[in-house]
Amino acid sequence: MVRVKLDRVSKYFGRVRAVDNVSLEVMDGEFVTLLGPSGCGKTTMLLMIAGIYKPTKGRIYFDDEDVTDIPPKDRNVGMVFQSYALYPHMTVYENIAFPLRIKKLPKSEIDRKVREAAKLLKIDHLLDRKPGQLSGGQQQRVALARALVKEPDVLLLDEPLSNLDALLRVYMRAELKRLQKELKITTIYVTHDQVEAMSMSDRIVVMNEGKVQQIGTPDEVYRNPSNIFVASFIGTPPMNLIRCTYDESRNVLKCPNFEYELPSAWREALSSRTSDELVLGVRPEDIEIGVESPNAKARVLVVEPLGKDVVVTLALDEETSIKAVARAGTQLPTGEVTGLRIPLEKVHVFDGKSGRALI
Amino acid sequence: MALHWLFARRLAPWLYLAPLLAMVLLFWLTPIGLTVYLSLTNVSYKNLVYFIRGEMERISFTLRNLQNVFLGKDPFIASVAEVTLIYVCSVLAINAFYSLVLSIAIAFFVRSEALSTFLRVTWLLPRITPSVVYGLMWLWLIAPGTGPLYSLLAHVGIHPASWLLDKPYSQLLMIAINGYVGVSFGMIIYTAAIKSIPTDLINAARVDGASDFFIARRIILPLLKWPMLFVVSWQTLSLIASYEYILIVWGGGAPGTESVGTAWAAGVMVFPLYAWFQAFALGNYAYGAAIALPIVLLGIGLILLYFKVFGFQKLMQPARIEV
Repeated sequence: MVRVKLDRVSKYFGRVRAVDNVSLEVMDGEFVTLLGPSGCGKTTMLLMIAGIYKPTKGRIYFDDEDVTDIPPKDRNVGMVFQSYALYPHMTVYENIAFPLRIKKLPKSEIDRKVREAAKLLKIDHLLDRKPGQLSGGQQQRVALARALVKEPDVLLLDEPLSNLDALLRVYMRAELKRLQKELKITTIYVTHDQVEAMSMSDRIVVMNEGKVQQIGTPDEVYRNPSNIFVASFIGTPPMNLIRCTYDESRNVLKCPNFEYELPSAWREALSSRTSDELVLGVRPEDIEIGVESPNAKARVLVVEPLGKDVVVTLALDEETSIKAVARAGTQLPTGEVTGLRIPLEKVHVFDGKSGRALI
Repeated sequence: MALHWLFARRLAPWLYLAPLLAMVLLFWLTPIGLTVYLSLTNVSYKNLVYFIRGEMERISFTLRNLQNVFLGKDPFIASVAEVTLIYVCSVLAINAFYSLVLSIAIAFFVRSEALSTFLRVTWLLPRITPSVVYGLMWLWLIAPGTGPLYSLLAHVGIHPASWLLDKPYSQLLMIAINGYVGVSFGMIIYTAAIKSIPTDLINAARVDGASDFFIARRIILPLLKWPMLFVVSWQTLSLIASYEYILIVWGGGAPGTESVGTAWAAGVMVFPLYAWFQAFALGNYAYGAAIALPIVLLGIGLILLYFKVFGFQKLMQPARIEV
């Protein structure tokens, strides 16, 4: 296994900057997820690590070896594609054996390794089938077996669960994580699904428009988002972002239908703001509904029961609505005005212009 | 209600199909029937007018034409059959297989999209050039002494007195002329098929450690199975009935007549050209039809063979690139 290091890597396609000056270090045996919306450059980054694309700028290292100019075949990486990219004219056995045949290993060794990989992924009963005869989940396992059979130094996974149904996805998430921990392979996983990223990764790299927004553990990224993009991208439902105005003379944050008197210690943190327009961020699960001593009031717009809890959409004023998560069984008639408590210790404050986290 | 149902379910489909069926009847089945019928008569330029007027009592029916063709009583039929076989097999090899090699080279190995498009267009040029111009161009290319291709080949020691008349050079020329123009058809099919192979498959093979040559051999070629079968089927059927470029370059002619064409001398007389010359140059319409009959029968036989052996029905269904 190896440590993967990207040093100020950029990739341009004509005038489009798919990846822009990204530096990242993935430790030996670590599971790192590149998370971001479609078109943010995460797959391009993966293809650069695989050697399919050559960076326009910057260098890529496996341990201390510069692999930037080394072709894919000499990098010893395993990759699972979003489409699985199984060779349709080959059987499952031939698909898994493909990388080993290229290496010209003896037939007996190929056979042993293919059967081991198939057993590990519980597809040993499918070896004679063609990919077209397999379900999505089975195809995904074959693709994974093909990537693992060559005992790669780095495993690259490009949205491997996106074509699976919801139930199978939850199951495969745990399976993948178990497998990665068992084999201790340095793994870089690409997804736009923040639940996948949160549940599987040692660290998450949040990306947008080709740039890294934040690198951190799932907990860090969730609890301390570095900017509005990260705050709004992570979490279901996402963080509420409320436009507020800061009154420096009174050290008060005036928000629609409520205001906060801020602790004096926050003055210094807020001094780096670019204007008095600030954005207050609060997670839906941190809002308490129907409390006796509220610090805000809102009208109930929609109530969505999800089984274990209820998502409530509330209007603070004509233009601002927020979401809150309440316990299952909470009765809130639509249209009723209810008291909210948004605890100050749970809120985040972002700069209204740059989007940078201030608190 | 019942009437409406009868119209919608039973009559309407036939109504939609009627123009197509009329075309099949008029342009496919009628000529075949006419070919068989004519081949059983003695219709020539001498009595054609009676045939047209329908005065059939003045037309004789005979098996002589069919005996000449099918029992080999025409002493030249065997040599025509041999030339046709050489022609079809050789040009087919170029059209179906050389075009495959070219397509893989141009659509996969050439990384520059602009260069790839330029090369494809270059190979399409003969197809869009008028046949006569294309034929004249070849005549100029191989003209002894002055033709650039003649001079080039002469430098490497290949210098027949005449590319047009000296066998086997004349036959090689026949193959080159028809092969070069036919390659473009295969290339269009193959390059479209290669371009439709998902890049993920190629990238996966690269990550698996495959070289470009290995990918071409083990991934691209097997995925082109259906396009290959289509090109082979289409081109065989086209080739057994084609003679246009041979006629333009060599002219027709038949031995033992006043008009001895260079096609005979050059050994490039193929079945359809022989049929054309008998019918339209010598006016032996009935004998021309009889010579055309093996082509018709071979075509029908091959269509049935492709349906059976190659699974042509499956081939004609959508998404046969298997990805």
